[in-house]
Parts: sequence; C-alpha cells; structure tokens
Amino acid sequence: MSETMNPTSEMAPARGALDQDWRKVVNWGLILALALIFVSLTDMPEKLDKRIIVEPLLSMGYLSLVWIPIALGNIVTREVVLEGMTQHKKGARELVAGLVVGAIGGLGLALLIWLLDTRDLSDPLVNWNDALLEVLTFGEGVGYGVLFWILVSAGLGAIGGAIHLLPKLATRLLLAISLTIVLAAALESALDDISEGFRLEWLFEALFEKKGGLSVQGAIILAVFATAWVLFLGGQASKGKAIVQAKREETPVAVNAIGLTLIAAGAILLPMFLGRLTNDLLTNVGLFLLLALGLNIVVGLAGILDLGYVAFFAVGGYTAAIMTSPSSPGLSPALPWWVAIFIVVFMAIVAGLFIGAPVIRMRGDYLAIVTLGFGEIIRLTVRSDWASGFTGGAQGILSIPGADIFGVVTVKGTDPQQVLYLVMAFVAIAIYVSWRLENSRIGRAWMAVREDESVAEAMGINTVNSKLQAFVVGAILASFSGAIFAAKVGSVFESSFKILVSIVILVIVIVGGMGRIAGVAAGALVLVGILGGPNQPGLLAEFSEFKLLIYGALLIWMMLKRPEGLIPNVRRSRELHQEEFLQDAWLKGQADDDDDGEATNGKVAPA
Amino acid sequence: MRHKAAPRTGVDWFLTFLRVLLSALVTFGLLAFIWQQIDPGNPLADAINPDATRLSWDAFQGLVISGLSQGAMYGLIALGYSMVYGVLGFINFAHGEVFMVGAMTGMITSNKLFEAGVWEDNFLVAILVAVLISIICSTLTAVVMERVAYRPLRGSPRLIPLITSIGVSFFIQNTSAVLLGPGAKSYPRLPDWLRDDVGIGPFDIEGKKLLVLVVAAISMGALWYLVERTKTGKAMRAVAEDKEIASLMGIDVDRTIVTTFAVGGAMAGVAGILWGILFGSVTEFTGFLPGIKAFSAAVVGGIGNLGGAMAGGLTLGSSESLAPQLVLEPLGVTGHTQLKDAVAFLVLIFVLLVKPTGLFGERLSAEDRA
Repeated sequence: MSETMNPTSEMAPARGALDQDWRKVVNWGLILALALIFVSLTDMPEKLDKRIIVEPLLSMGYLSLVWIPIALGNIVTREVVLEGMTQHKKGARELVAGLVVGAIGGLGLALLIWLLDTRDLSDPLVNWNDALLEVLTFGEGVGYGVLFWILVSAGLGAIGGAIHLLPKLATRLLLAISLTIVLAAALESALDDISEGFRLEWLFEALFEKKGGLSVQGAIILAVFATAWVLFLGGQASKGKAIVQAKREETPVAVNAIGLTLIAAGAILLPMFLGRLTNDLLTNVGLFLLLALGLNIVVGLAGILDLGYVAFFAVGGYTAAIMTSPSSPGLSPALPWWVAIFIVVFMAIVAGLFIGAPVIRMRGDYLAIVTLGFGEIIRLTVRSDWASGFTGGAQGILSIPGADIFGVVTVKGTDPQQVLYLVMAFVAIAIYVSWRLENSRIGRAWMAVREDESVAEAMGINTVNSKLQAFVVGAILASFSGAIFAAKVGSVFESSFKILVSIVILVIVIVGGMGRIAGVAAGALVLVGILGGPNQPGLLAEFSEFKLLIYGALLIWMMLKRPEGLIPNVRRSRELHQEEFLQDAWLKGQADDDDDGEATNGKVAPA
Repeated sequence: MRHKAAPRTGVDWFLTFLRVLLSALVTFGLLAFIWQQIDPGNPLADAINPDATRLSWDAFQGLVISGLSQGAMYGLIALGYSMVYGVLGFINFAHGEVFMVGAMTGMITSNKLFEAGVWEDNFLVAILVAVLISIICSTLTAVVMERVAYRPLRGSPRLIPLITSIGVSFFIQNTSAVLLGPGAKSYPRLPDWLRDDVGIGPFDIEGKKLLVLVVAAISMGALWYLVERTKTGKAMRAVAEDKEIASLMGIDVDRTIVTTFAVGGAMAGVAGILWGILFGSVTEFTGFLPGIKAFSAAVVGGIGNLGGAMAGGLTLGSSESLAPQLVLEPLGVTGHTQLKDAVAFLVLIFVLLVKPTGLFGERLSAEDRA
C-alpha cells in the first residue's frame, strides 16, 4: 500500500534528519552490499560493458550496478501509512537514510574490490578475475575504485531517498526520461533495422553512435522528447483516447470496425518495412505469444497450473514434422502443411484429453507436478530408441519443407517475413478465440472454477468438463505454435521441448498479467523480444547468459509485489487483493467507530 | 475428493480404464519377466522380445542395491518436501535446489580438502567437514528462501507460493551456473575401500553405496528423534496440525516454520554430499530431476508422513532401477534404460490414480483436509 492511502489526514511536520530507524537502515544497507557484490560476481558489469547506453557515460554493465542503490535508497525511505497513522512531511531524513544505505552498500563493493585485488578465489567463483577488477576500478587502481564506489553509491542512495521529496510531476519526468533512454538503447538493433525500412537512417544516425550506444546529443534529444510527451503530448493523447472512447459508446460497430481495419492494415504493412532481424524477432515473439495465449486460458482463466505445457508444443511440432517431412523415419506421408495442421489439431485434442483426464481431479499443486512429469515423459519417450522409429530419437526429424498453404504459397523458414505473416494469422485466431471464450458461458465457468471450485460446482457448473475444455483449447493453441515452429526451423529435436520452455511461457503469462490478453502480449513482447526465449536470442543478445537468472528473479518479484501482472485483469486483481480491501475496510470501520467504544473490537480481520 | 454419490462420467470411465490398463501392463510385464527367467526361449518372449535373456542374480542384486541407495537419497530429500507440506501446505518446488546447493558446496569443500591433502590422508575427517559445511549452506539457503520468498506470501491463494517457488528454483539454478560456471564439476577420487565391494550376508555392496545407506539411516534416526521426542518436534507437529491453535498454546509459529525449513535443508544437504559420493559429479541441474522425484517419493509414501517419505523414496528408487529390466524389457520396449526417469513419473501417476493418499496415508493440517 502506498502513501496515497490517506490523502485527507493532516501532514505532521518533517522529522529530524537523524531521527532514523537505524536498524532498518543498516539492514537495507547490508542487503544493498550483498546485492552489489552478487551482481558483480555474476560478471554482469564486465560482460555487459560492451553494450553502451549513452556513449562515453554509461553502459549496461554499469547500469546493472547503479540502479540498485537508487532503488534500495528509495525503498528504505518508503513509509507504509495506514488509516489512523500520522504521516510526516518528507525532508532531510529521507536523504540521510538513502545516503547511509548507499554508503554501506558502497563499502561492501569496496570490500569486494579489495578482496579481488589481494585474494584469489577463482577456484569456485569463475568470474573472480582481473577483468572484473579492471571494470570495477575503471583501470585507475584499487584506491580510486574504492573511493569512487563508496561516494557514488552513497550519492545514488541519497538520490533514491530524494525521489520522495520531489513533486509528482518531476518524478514522472525523471522516470519517463530514464525509461526512454534505456529502452532506446535496448532496442538499438531493432531501431536500426526499422529505420532502414522507413528510410529514416538520418534519424538513427543522429541518435546513435556508429560503434553502438546513444550519442550524448541523441540522449538529449530523447530526453527532450520524453519531457515534451509527459508535459504536453501525453495529455493530448489521452484526450484523443477519451474522444475515441466516447464515440465508441455512440456507434460501437463503426468505431470497432475502423479500429480493426487500422490494426489489420498495420499488421499487413509493417513486416514489409521491417528488416530480416526484426521480422525474425517478431516471429519468435509471435510463437511464444501463441503459446502464452494458450497457457493464459489454462492458468489465467481456468486456474490450472500446467507445468508440462511444453508437451503440447512438442506434440504440434512432432506431428507436423512427421506428417510433412519426406525424410521422417517410420511414418512419412509427406502431406502438405495445411492438411497436416488438421492432424495436428486432432493429436492435440487427443493429447489434451489423455493428459488432462487423469490430472483434472487432483489438487492444484499435485496437478502442477504431474503435468510436469507428463511433459518429461513425452520428451524422454520421443528421445528414446523405442520411439525413434517414428521420431528420430536424438537425431530428430530433418528437412521439413516449410508451410504449404492450400498449395498457393509455401512459407519457407528462410524467409522471416512470410513466417511472420503466418504467425500473425494464427495469433489473430488465438486472440479472437481467447476474447470470445473469455466472455462466453464457458469462459465464465472457467473463472468461477478458478475462484472457488466447490462454489462453482454448487452453481451447477460441471467442473471436470470445463477444466478439460480449457486444457484442450490450450493444447490446440500450443500445437499450432509447435507446427509453425517445425516449419520455420525446418527440423525438430527433443532438446527444443525441455521443461524450461514451459517455465518461460509461465513467466510470460505471469509478468504480463494472468487472464488478460493485452498483458500476455506485452509480456511476450518485452521478455522474448528484448531478453530472448529459452533458445532464441533477443535484442539484448549480451544478456543471453543472464536471461534465465533474470526470469527467475522476475518471477519471484512479480509474485511478491504484483501477482496480478503488469497489465492486470481487473477481476483477477480484485481476487488477489481481496484481503487488503477487506482489511482496509475494517480499519476504516474501526477508525470511524472508535468513539462508540468496544463495538468493533470483537471483530477479527479475516484470515 | 470424489463424491460417492456423483454419477460416473466419461472421465471416471477413462480413469478406471487407465488404472486397469496400467495395472495390467505391470502385471503382464512381471509375469513375462518370470516366464523369461524360467525359460528365456518361451513363445511369448520369442514373439515380443527375441533377444530375451535371464537376469543373473548378480545383476539383479546390483540393481536392487543401486536402487535402494538412490532411493535413500530421494527419501532424505523427500523429508524436506513432506515436512514443509505438512506445516505450510504447499510444495516447495525449490527444495531440489537446496539439495543441489548441498552437492555444490560439498564439491567445493572436498576439492579444497583434496588440494590440502586431507581428503587422502584422513578421509573420514574430510567427509565430516564437507558434510558439516554442506549442511550449513543448505540450511542457510532454505532459511533465506523462506524468509525472502515464502513468508510474505503466507495466507495468499495456494498457487501463488507454488509459482514463487518455481521462480526461486530457477533463480538458484542459474545463480549457480553464473557464479560457479555451467557444466559438470567432479568430486575428488574416493579412497579405494569405498570403491571395493563389501560382503554382507548374501549381498555384495559397493562401499560407497553402503555408506549412503548407513548415513541415510543415521540421519533418518536423528530426524525421528527430533520430531517425535523433543520439544521442537512437538511444536512442529502442533503447527502442522493447526497453526492457529498452536499459536494459542504459546508456540512461536514463525520460528517453528523456520525450523522446519532448516531441518529439511539440513537433510537435503546430507543428501547432496551423498549424491556427490555416489555419482562423483554435480551440475547446476543436479537438483531438478532428483527434486521432482523426491517429491514423487513424498507423495508415494503419503505426503506429510515422515516414515512414508523414506519408504516412498526407497520404493521409488528401487522401482526406477528395477522396472526397466523387470517390466519394460519383457514388454518388448527397446532401449528401456533410457526410460528410467519416465518410470519415476509413471510411478507417481500410477500411485495418484490408484491411491491418491499415498502408500501410508497422508497427514495434513486442518485446512488441507477440507
């Protein structure tokens, strides 16, 4: 809960600068020190140093360190103000707390630098080497590095604390500017690609240095743009949105039709302007979006945590491969892809029912592990000698001819633009299906089952059947993705279908927002597009070593702080925060009733 | 969970069919195996498994021993799953990684001791030090995990901590890969007396497997004493029974939960070292499959039941090692040893289909029984 919970109560004057909860400050300082040492030892500062954000000033490597003191300096000074608590004005106290936290963190890093210089721990810790020391000390010697990090970290911590002092608008401005710059730097290669398609090379060259990274003037241009957006254009945009919204209420059909036409036109035209790299990237995003939309139905709508979801991806991929490839061992009908897709759907339904039926009555957590077991069983079976007569075992199935669409065109994996069109068509189908299902009788049954199975059953919903339906729909969507994947890559191997894939899809769904199509799309775009999929590189190719680590950390952080995801589903979010709502209501009630004496004291906050 | 009065639906028929099918396959495989033992050239074996041979007593005994020693390890890990499930009612998916941390620190310590010469001169001291350090690191991992990731989530919907624990598992796995480098790292060579066979009655057991069994038995005994005979154990059982009432009785619930995680972590640390001794190497993925198999073992034995966890581990370990030879090969499955891991999951599914409460029944807290 934020400080805005209680806007009406009066602000008490600021507390003295040294009136601190020192224990808390020192604890956070130690956490910061540990975090800085951890990040340094993962070698992020060194490995990402080549990826420049603003040419001489900042690289991704240093960014991986400097954001932590700011964030923790901010967190330590954040106050949870509940009903009935006095809220103090912010002042020098916040600065001091941030400063101390930052300084302790800097001391930790300084200790690491000193140890790097004097001890050799490279036996267990592979990144314990002079290159890391060089990056941390800027090649200027240990004394310089130690002093630099203590001062800079303290300064950054103080900045983190100072954010509370700034007016809301200034905070928004700072956030917008830093996000724009980091995002632009992260998207550099994609922007390069796009600018070529749109004949905007001059703009790209104005913003970026030749050897990579934004130039200083480019960063300034972007900062000015971000400022203008926050101050002027943002307001205009939201006004425009409001007008469209109003019109939509008047004549929904016409406005929706115009909107859809615009989106469709954009989707058809865009790939033509994009280069190979961006098209390929978007294809990967699309494949994972397709998977995530399927899992969104299973986990987000029906509340079944399926950890073996990759099994259906594998079923789709292998069925398409066996049916279309002329060189598949055993069965090899070499059907055209569009015929094979019907068999793929059939197999997905069979697999969905076969895996779904035994697990559907299990408790949620048992179900998760058992589906995970099924995912592994399918992969192990596909790899084994026993099934290699059909699946090729570890050698996989090669020379898949690409996707033949009704004999008109053959979408080759070598042409990312065509594959992108194919993926977009299927994503469109998946979005349409998810959207229609969500608001249908089945969709509402799923949500009821998710929220409370016994109540749903009492309301006359056949819980077993509706869960199975969710399972099968999810399976079909995943199998589509698998079939396209097989045609795109031209071969299938069991190593593409590890449990890891299931977990990455789960992260996409959860980070984006369970049960919300826009959220899942955003999740796929950000995670697969920028960080990369399990085996596919994203825009930040330098991150490939760290992306799984980041996925794990992101999953924990999202669950702890924002379980409803970045773009939450309204109902789902209400469900997750129900307790807080009830508690607030209760506290409010108690504050109001205080004069009435013991009236509310007997009530206990719902557990 | 199933309502007796509810009409049988298609799903029920399908489940019955699956139960019968699986049981029939296992029985058929076993019978075929026995026939094959009596007469390798029998018509059935000729038809489905032309190169059938007798399984020699030595080979059979080897399979049983390696199954049991692996099973003992699964059992030790399973104790952690079982205890946490009993107390908090959720699967700590990341418990396998606690085990991996134990194996990793064991690898680091034993290599350092090997360099210092202690490993070869005085193996028992070296292994004791390694076990101690592994236990400390695993316990610490488990406790930090509880504090950072699970405590803030107490009382949230059931799937939330489960998903968090998947994130924790992923995070620890990749932390190990990034900090210590990816790939397999080996333990130093074991002394000769651990690699020779020791004869006990009719069995010849490789020294290290015997060591694993003995250490597992000692740890199990210690845990049993802790849970059943000490005040801490009493508190743990009380919290598992009903958290609210336990806190009314003056038990510090938070502390008891931390203790539970710590004890589970210590057991996983011991199992980690045993893994290193048994297989000689460890990777960042070492925790994943054994972790899931150990969970299966906990379910097979009846989750929340400590003796059951150990029994489940032994059952799972030996069936995983025996079933490919005893059931799959007579059924004509080629390359049956590749399906060893699949067998472990099939055992889990089979047990959940036939007896969802596990072999020894489960002991759950009040809110889970509902």
